[in-house]
Amino acid sequence: MSAPAGSPHPAASTRIPPKLGGAAVSGAAAGPGPAPHQQNGPAQNQMQVPPGYGLHPQNYNVPSGHYSQGPGKTTSLPLDSQSGGYYSGVYTIPTQNVVTPNTANQQSGAQQIYGRGPPAPHIVGSTPGYFQGAASSSSHLHTSASQPYSSFVNHYNSPAMYSANSPAVSQGFPSTCGHYAVSTVSNAAYPSVSYPSLPAGDPYGQQMFTSQNASTIRSVRENSFSGQNTAVSHPSPLPPPPSQQYHQQLSLSGYSPLSWSASGLPSTQDNLIRNHSGSLATANNNPNAVAESSSCPVMQTVQPPESSPVVSTVVSGASSARAPPTANHLVETVASVTQPSELLQQKGMQYGDYVNNQASSAPTPLSSTSDDEEEEEDEEAGVDSSSTTSSASPMPNSYDALEGGSYPDMLSSSASSPAPDPAPESDPAPAPVPAVPQPSKTTKPFGYGYPTLQPGYQNAAAPLSSGVQPSSPVYSGFQPYAQYPGMNQLSSSFGGLSLQSSAQPESLRPVNLTQERNILPMTPVWAPVPNLNLDLKKLNCSPDSFRCTLTNIPQSQVLLNKAKLPLGLLLHPFRDLTQLPVITSNTIVRCRSCRTYINPFVSFIDQRRWKCNLCYRVNDVPEEFMYNPLTRSYGEPHKRPEVQNSTVEFIASSDYMLRPPQPAVYLFVLDVSHNAVEAGYLTILCQSLSENLDKLPGDSRTRIGFVTFDSTIHFYNLQEGLSQPQMLIVSDIDDVFLPTPDSLLVNLYESKELIKDLLNALPNMFINTRETHSALGPALQAAFKLMSPTGGRVSVFQTQLPSLGAGLLQSREDPNQRSSTKVVQHLGPATDFYKKLALDCSGQQTAVDLFLLSSQYSDLASLACMSKYSAGCIYYYPSFHYTHNPSQAEKLQKDLKRYLTRKIGFEAVMRIRCTKGLSMHTFHGNFFVRSTDLLSLANINPDAGFAVQLSIEESLTDTSLVCFQTALLYTSSKGERRIRVHTLCLPVVSSLADVYAGVDVQAAICLLANMAVDRSISSSLSDARDALVNAVVDSLSAYGSTVLNVQHSALIAPTSLKLFPLYVLALLKQKAFRTGTSTRLDDRVYAMCQIKCQPLVHLMKMIHPNLYRIDRLTDEGAIHVNDRVVPQPPLQKLSAEKLTREGAFLMDCGSAFYIWVGKSCDNNFIEDVLGYPNFASIPQKMAHLPELDTLSSERARSFVTWLRDSRPLSPILHVVKDESPAKTEFFQHLIEDRTEAAFSYYEFLLHIQQQICK
Amino acid sequence: MEAVVFVFSLLDCCALIFLSVYFIITLSDLECDYINARSCCSKLNKWVIPELIGHTVVTVLMLVSLHWFIFLLNLPVATWNVYRFIMVPSGNMGVFDPTEIHNRGQLKSHMKEAMIKLGFHLLCFFMYLYSMILALIND
Repeated sequence: MSAPAGSPHPAASTRIPPKLGGAAVSGAAAGPGPAPHQQNGPAQNQMQVPPGYGLHPQNYNVPSGHYSQGPGKTTSLPLDSQSGGYYSGVYTIPTQNVVTPNTANQQSGAQQIYGRGPPAPHIVGSTPGYFQGAASSSSHLHTSASQPYSSFVNHYNSPAMYSANSPAVSQGFPSTCGHYAVSTVSNAAYPSVSYPSLPAGDPYGQQMFTSQNASTIRSVRENSFSGQNTAVSHPSPLPPPPSQQYHQQLSLSGYSPLSWSASGLPSTQDNLIRNHSGSLATANNNPNAVAESSSCPVMQTVQPPESSPVVSTVVSGASSARAPPTANHLVETVASVTQPSELLQQKGMQYGDYVNNQASSAPTPLSSTSDDEEEEEDEEAGVDSSSTTSSASPMPNSYDALEGGSYPDMLSSSASSPAPDPAPESDPAPAPVPAVPQPSKTTKPFGYGYPTLQPGYQNAAAPLSSGVQPSSPVYSGFQPYAQYPGMNQLSSSFGGLSLQSSAQPESLRPVNLTQERNILPMTPVWAPVPNLNLDLKKLNCSPDSFRCTLTNIPQSQVLLNKAKLPLGLLLHPFRDLTQLPVITSNTIVRCRSCRTYINPFVSFIDQRRWKCNLCYRVNDVPEEFMYNPLTRSYGEPHKRPEVQNSTVEFIASSDYMLRPPQPAVYLFVLDVSHNAVEAGYLTILCQSLSENLDKLPGDSRTRIGFVTFDSTIHFYNLQEGLSQPQMLIVSDIDDVFLPTPDSLLVNLYESKELIKDLLNALPNMFINTRETHSALGPALQAAFKLMSPTGGRVSVFQTQLPSLGAGLLQSREDPNQRSSTKVVQHLGPATDFYKKLALDCSGQQTAVDLFLLSSQYSDLASLACMSKYSAGCIYYYPSFHYTHNPSQAEKLQKDLKRYLTRKIGFEAVMRIRCTKGLSMHTFHGNFFVRSTDLLSLANINPDAGFAVQLSIEESLTDTSLVCFQTALLYTSSKGERRIRVHTLCLPVVSSLADVYAGVDVQAAICLLANMAVDRSISSSLSDARDALVNAVVDSLSAYGSTVLNVQHSALIAPTSLKLFPLYVLALLKQKAFRTGTSTRLDDRVYAMCQIKCQPLVHLMKMIHPNLYRIDRLTDEGAIHVNDRVVPQPPLQKLSAEKLTREGAFLMDCGSAFYIWVGKSCDNNFIEDVLGYPNFASIPQKMAHLPELDTLSSERARSFVTWLRDSRPLSPILHVVKDESPAKTEFFQHLIEDRTEAAFSYYEFLLHIQQQICK
Repeated sequence: MEAVVFVFSLLDCCALIFLSVYFIITLSDLECDYINARSCCSKLNKWVIPELIGHTVVTVLMLVSLHWFIFLLNLPVATWNVYRFIMVPSGNMGVFDPTEIHNRGQLKSHMKEAMIKLGFHLLCFFMYLYSMILALIND
């Protein structure tokens, strides 16, 4: 099975010979196989062989006949006979396509089948990935058919979607995948055309198999044949083990739609219509495929030119260019097609080892690469794939077993947070959005000179449509072939470009914002998938950890400036992952010049050398790296987990330590002044702490200490052996000293009893205090002294303005200015004391976390500095009181639980590297920037997010991919030094249209929000607001004038940016930036702090809450999480027009949930879910959903719980009755509506339009 | 008397030139990651006030000694120095703030500013030298 990686190599060395050889092999293999298939196979082989072209038509005809009959039989066969439910699902799909292409109804039927498909794989169970694959494939179908929703369901059902990504190397699959896609496409296209000759795809697929697998796997092939007949060249040939790979590929194919989907609403009808109307277009596509193989003129003549390689590249480009007009399906198909080829290439690259150039060559050569080379590569890929598959098949299994599969893990983790999971899946559904509307303009940017070919295509297409069957079959047969090489070429030469071009249609589809009434999609918006080839896409970092505002990086700063979009990264590096590959090795392989960690995007020049993807230096592969511990094989450096996963964690050696790893040290600094005792937080804290004492992350060295302060500072001696805690009071706050330096921080386990005693005593110890002053500054100095020998975490609980000693603050807020529309002052710190202290702490590896529980102004702007620069976190509980404000108390309790038990990393540094030519210039988050790209993080916690702004310093013309790598070096609570590395790879584009097509609007908004916070502190709030509006105005006007090239009076945005104005308006109405509405200064500052340090997912909810209608929850589209059914109601836009008095709505604001109950809400709902007989009896303050034993209650609760589980801090639930005073809280989040001080969404659009026209 | 004024100015100018060079070296050290932001800024902030005083003194001296041209030449730079010093936000640790120096290209702008000042002081140096020689000859 394990064909030597080297095998492909020789083929690569000689261009033409390899092809021939490959063909021959395929033919030989085909011979033994089942008759029909074999026939096809040979024909294909001939196809490949240049001389054989003349024959093609005939051969194809034959296959066509087979096919027409075949599908039904074949389908049944594969299902039953073939091992594995996996295939069954997959197969059914293809067959359906083949059979039913013409009628929509049939397709729908097919979809149903799909629905079933997934379960079958389940039964098989061995590989979760299958589900995904099935689902994805189904999604494809769906798009063509017309049931986006159903597809959704499927997706949800299969949590494994991501698993598709599974790191396992998919060698043989890619080709199959590609086939699959092709076949489906052709089918879809044909039906509309009324072509009977669907089989075309099949023969191709066979070829693929023959060439690839034939030599290696025979028995398998037989199965495959049956499968092939179905039309999907699918992997059927592949043995069960490869199935994983197969899944991957499928998933990939699924992905392609994603990329398109950007955010379109899937209207099934549209799709159908398109199919019909666009039949010509589709037909054209087929021709395109043909064209790919041969030049256009040839196409017309119907004879394929032999010069296929060169032509193919061109054609591919053409096809891509064409894509826009054609239906989405087509686009998808193109994408999928290209992808497979890419896969092949990459395989060649990564797996083939030798292919080496792959990475470098693929990206760089662009169109310039000679066709021949490309073809060769393709061939190699094919060969490789066969060989690799054999070798690979064992890989995945073992791999999964050992590591648990990095990707799946990742995904699963994401699953826990609901949003990420569905994302990829959901995308496909939107993808179907009609490409038809897109103007031909969009195609232009992509031209690359290919468009010229189009006419030829059309000609070819026309005859096809006319219904010349004989010729058509030929075409069909030919197509796949043609496409295949074309695809390869694309992948090799263009890298991600081809995909982009195809993607463009959707993400660039112009949207008239003022006309589009429902701009907000019904489902959550997911991150766009970069237009990379499938293999890279599969390996790429999860968007949950690493996102870029532009998924297509512009080639130069000039281009970036033209686009007027912010370029930056959003990071969530220490996110909770359920599993990730942890690598222990003596040598961590890094680039010798830029110190980049080896990652999936490097290229192996040969087995002994690899080329850094950031600085392009060629490095040696160390001896140890040659051995792969997962497969226990030697000489496969490209299969090491480091190279198979874009998120890995290394156990670092002592080279990565400046000192022995520190123990976990926790110090609690507690305000015990009268104000604090009155608020009563001590009870909650002490209770929570004693409950979680055993769960504090740490090892046997864990140390803990307590300091309390009012106007004096109290230390607690907890040294083992004492009968009770000893309190030491230091009243000299001007010159703080430690009374007994050794016994204040004590070992948690040795002194546990004393600690528990103290925690029990603390709440009552100060109950009669009359001290109102707070000497926070000196207490912090004392804490710093206490912590500086070790470093660790200081948790400060403060309830008022510090009023004594160093760092004392005055009240700066003027309550009359709270709703001022002009100047908001005092957003910055009043003193540099806290900043200095934070920097001192940071230097001693100590982070300060601030819990501010105050009822009055406490100058958070100044206090926050202690956490901002020491990499701490900030929690603010306005008007906290343990009895008067029970919901805050509960929130504190839950937050503390999370805070105390979550993962923590000590003495961390994070370095972000990017490809030469890019540079980082501004960082956002809580940390101290120690040097240009080194962030010093005394502590790192899983809830911290970061943002980085980028600029392009050198033109990126000589590269087609850029990579970003964050390396987070930290000491785990167990005293291990670890490095977590994330690597993100993105394509580089040269046209403005591509840049717009790749905008990740959510990332862009989050980055803008960060920039606006900086701006409002350094300049003024109104400046920041203007800058936000200008960001929209500039980008939309730049888009209108450069990409559309038409002076529209209408406000046009590309689909990728259609939510941009809405989000900016939401930002302007956010607490941090709003004016005119009464906002307390601390609230505003806290919102700013959150913007700075929240990861993207949570920040987006804060900016733009999600609104759901929950009085009619159904199980339609529900997902299953942990054996619970979680309904998925559609998103509503944030406007009062959506609120009906008959309904109840849930608003998810990130840190709070509001359930708004309409006045005439159905009594059944009130009774079943809220537990009250009617509207009038609902209390004003209600913060819980009662556990009622009714279906609707169960649904509502599982939905709320599901939402709640997705975030680190537990949100408070408010039940808001219509007409209760609390409803203003709820209504202020309806950002599409007008308020006294701010625009409605429509007005805002008009305002923007006005600005653009100026 | 005039000679004394220019001799003093010349010495002062030399000091300012050295200070500018020191700024440039320290900033480029930071750029190259030889020192960290904290120490860089604390080093530089120490010298912001001496620089401010040194330059203001010369400027005032020129005004007092009625050298209008040189005074006017010095005025913008002196004003900028004072402005920069006054405009430091209350929460910052000085003109050079370690937490912000790596953000928004501040490092580059500081560097540029130091370079411009160096050039300006060199120009002034030769002007004072020339004036001094002229004054000495006249005496």
